[in-house]
Amino acid sequence: MAFTIKVNGSVRNVDVDADTPLLWVLRDVLGMSGTKFGCGVALCGACTVHVDGVPARSCVTPIGSIGNKSVTTIEAVGKTPQGKAVQQAWLDLEVVQCGYCQSGQVMSAVALLAATSKPSDTDIDAAMAGNVCRCGTYQRIRAAIHRAAKESTNA
Amino acid sequence: MRDGRRNFVKTGAAVAGGLVINLAIPLALRPSMAAAGTFAPNAFIRIDHEGVVTLVMPMVEMGQGIYTAMAMLLAEELEVGLDQVRLQHAPPNDALYANSILHIQTTGLSSSVRAFWTPLRQAGAVGRTLLVQAAAKQWGLDPSTCRAQHGAVLHDVTKRSLTYGALADAAAALPVPARESVALKEPKDFTLIGTPAKRLDTPDKVNGRAQFGIDTRLPGMKIAAIAISPAFGGRPKSVNEAAARAVKGVRQVVHIDEAVAVVADHMWAAKKGLKAAAIQWDHGPNAKVDSASIIRQLEEASKQPGAVAHSAGDASSALAGAAQRLDAVYQLPFLAHGAMEPMNCTVHARKDGCDIWVGTQAPTMTQAMIAQLTGLPKDVIRIHNHLLGGGFGRRLDADGTLLAVKIARQVNGPVKVVWSREEDIQHDMYRPYYYHRLSAGLDANRRPVAWTHRIAGSSVMARYVPPLFKNGLDPDAVESAADTPYAFPNMHVDYVRVEPPGIPTAFWRGVGSTANVFVVESFIDELAHAAKQDPLAYRKALMSDPRALGVLNLAAEKAGWGKPLPADRARGVSVEFAFGSYLSQVAEVEVAADGSIKVHRIVCAVDCGMVVNPDTVAQQIEGGTLFGLTAALYGAITLKNGRVEQGNFNDYRPLRINESPVIETHLVKSAESPGGIGETPTAAVAPAVTNAIFAVTGQRIRTLPIHTALLKSS
Repeated sequence: MAFTIKVNGSVRNVDVDADTPLLWVLRDVLGMSGTKFGCGVALCGACTVHVDGVPARSCVTPIGSIGNKSVTTIEAVGKTPQGKAVQQAWLDLEVVQCGYCQSGQVMSAVALLAATSKPSDTDIDAAMAGNVCRCGTYQRIRAAIHRAAKESTNA
Repeated sequence: MRDGRRNFVKTGAAVAGGLVINLAIPLALRPSMAAAGTFAPNAFIRIDHEGVVTLVMPMVEMGQGIYTAMAMLLAEELEVGLDQVRLQHAPPNDALYANSILHIQTTGLSSSVRAFWTPLRQAGAVGRTLLVQAAAKQWGLDPSTCRAQHGAVLHDVTKRSLTYGALADAAAALPVPARESVALKEPKDFTLIGTPAKRLDTPDKVNGRAQFGIDTRLPGMKIAAIAISPAFGGRPKSVNEAAARAVKGVRQVVHIDEAVAVVADHMWAAKKGLKAAAIQWDHGPNAKVDSASIIRQLEEASKQPGAVAHSAGDASSALAGAAQRLDAVYQLPFLAHGAMEPMNCTVHARKDGCDIWVGTQAPTMTQAMIAQLTGLPKDVIRIHNHLLGGGFGRRLDADGTLLAVKIARQVNGPVKVVWSREEDIQHDMYRPYYYHRLSAGLDANRRPVAWTHRIAGSSVMARYVPPLFKNGLDPDAVESAADTPYAFPNMHVDYVRVEPPGIPTAFWRGVGSTANVFVVESFIDELAHAAKQDPLAYRKALMSDPRALGVLNLAAEKAGWGKPLPADRARGVSVEFAFGSYLSQVAEVEVAADGSIKVHRIVCAVDCGMVVNPDTVAQQIEGGTLFGLTAALYGAITLKNGRVEQGNFNDYRPLRINESPVIETHLVKSAESPGGIGETPTAAVAPAVTNAIFAVTGQRIRTLPIHTALLKSS
């Protein structure tokens, strides 16, 4: 089936089954490898993208469910004020280790800040508990979200 | 060194074909090739006419920050800024890139900084010496009157300067001095080493640009999904190929001994094809294996004497004559690695060669195994190494690459084989199950007069590095057990090798020490309790190594050891010498009435000798501790009917942010040689937590993971 989707502001045409997860459309059909495969069943958050600004696990989001909604991926999230602030805070506090989960961590953090400009630790737990990091960068992720929130508010 | 240089030129094509990690933005856009005339004084440094400094990384980056640490070692002596360098993965070449501790180009055993601390500084100094000589020659000056700084040679008196790029040709024409002959900086003169320099690999990891093995994309590439026999050693019995091929996008069904692969245009089509194939399995010889039978086998084996790892005095007589005797059995489960990047490998196999795109900790070993499999000479097997989305020892083994090559040999064109998370967990190679039997004797003053410790379990060394498995002894399996921080006048430690059927074992983030530090630090806590003494004071009285005492005292002080806590909370302590470093942890743990555990805070004190990058050390302490805590709380791979029962992050649980304690790192300033740090904290955390649990509940945890049902108080 042919689908037309909006990804990072561009219109893209793909010919796949309607049940094909957005993850594999992005990675294998469109060649956008920033969104990562981790578990395939929405348990780890590595594949997180935004669909109309709302965080979604692309590994369980069928292409047929997207319709006219706008998809934003890690490749373009830095163009938003929250995205830029999160990426900078991640670097300032040296959050990243292997980095494989960090696309998803950044996407979840940006969505959190877009919805809640001054998140509490409890807000962070709720928004980020779906994103697994096996390198154990959680303490720095928490600090970096607080920092990005502060920078965004000051800006 | 001339030979070394020739070797480098010979491998130039492979180097140029490898991936370049673009770091400094202005330089990133420039092409980087090992063109003729490039200044390449050794295998690690290349400087082109434009002054682009390329550093070739012999060890792999899997999160531990080694690309930054190695770049710092080179740049310190080469006198370039980290903002001036770009990094490149080394091609497989043991002659050029072997790790001096492991004697092979392999990243593991927390050894990279220890192994490359001197060679990379020497390599940098050789480069700088030649560039200074080249400038001095051009100016007709004595080289000793010139100095190098930030990618240029300066003559302060005449205020002249020449950039490294401008000197590249002239420096390349000079004879290369022996690396041992060049003077290295005194540590007091370091400007980079010891600073919390920003990591070089991270900018591309926050914007999706970083390329892991799984991100490989080639013209005409197909994607393969695989199903490996659920029981180890089984084979596919029937496959509905027609149904698989009927799925849109499926191109081919490939059979190899133990697995079936469906090759398609994209992963979803491949997965659907695999499902449609409705594979039936012949489960093979291990179809009846289960965890209980393996544990029984280990328990029996642990009753027999093993290969002696350490023996002092007469432990059995001392035990017999002791005023009080303690006996205990400790058990640790099989563990999977669960790296975030699932196993994957891309291969283009042709009659005359084989290209492999993968993230591997062991590129030369992998290349040799593929040569053996295919009969091709090594030089036509090109390994294009990548950033690793977690290693933890999993990517020391080449099983995934061998499987991909077997599949690719039946496919026309390049194919990327991607494992599902379930395949990744169910066909991992596992940290062995260990069965420990200990006894201790206390004298009338409650000091230990005898200590015996027997370890039964699989030997990873015997499979992976046979020459190191001598007289039945696996030196890794007894690490931190044969050499504890404590003085026991009579001590006997031995090892019984048991290879359980139907489950492959391998390295993990620490192997022997992750088990042994838990066991030793728990049992010493049992002794302290039997002696009715404070566990910290009891340990200190048995220790004499000032570095071990130093970290123990520091951790205790920073954690507020002895200060009152609520009744449902307590502190537990551990101390270790492992991977060349000293580390102590104090965990503060709450146990609720329903038995559930909350780890609030872990204070770590570390003496790892001279530090290249203190922030990277802190990252490793934080991450390594959580890796060990995940295992202590949740980690267990179990077998039933020959197959692994766990399959994804729901039943092989990782720790999540809401469960993560605060981790504090305190570094001891030290002028000693560097120690390893990637695996050290992983080993220390379980006993700190379980000793705290004992302090709250009186329940001694002797089997991991922690069964919270045992901790219920109401």
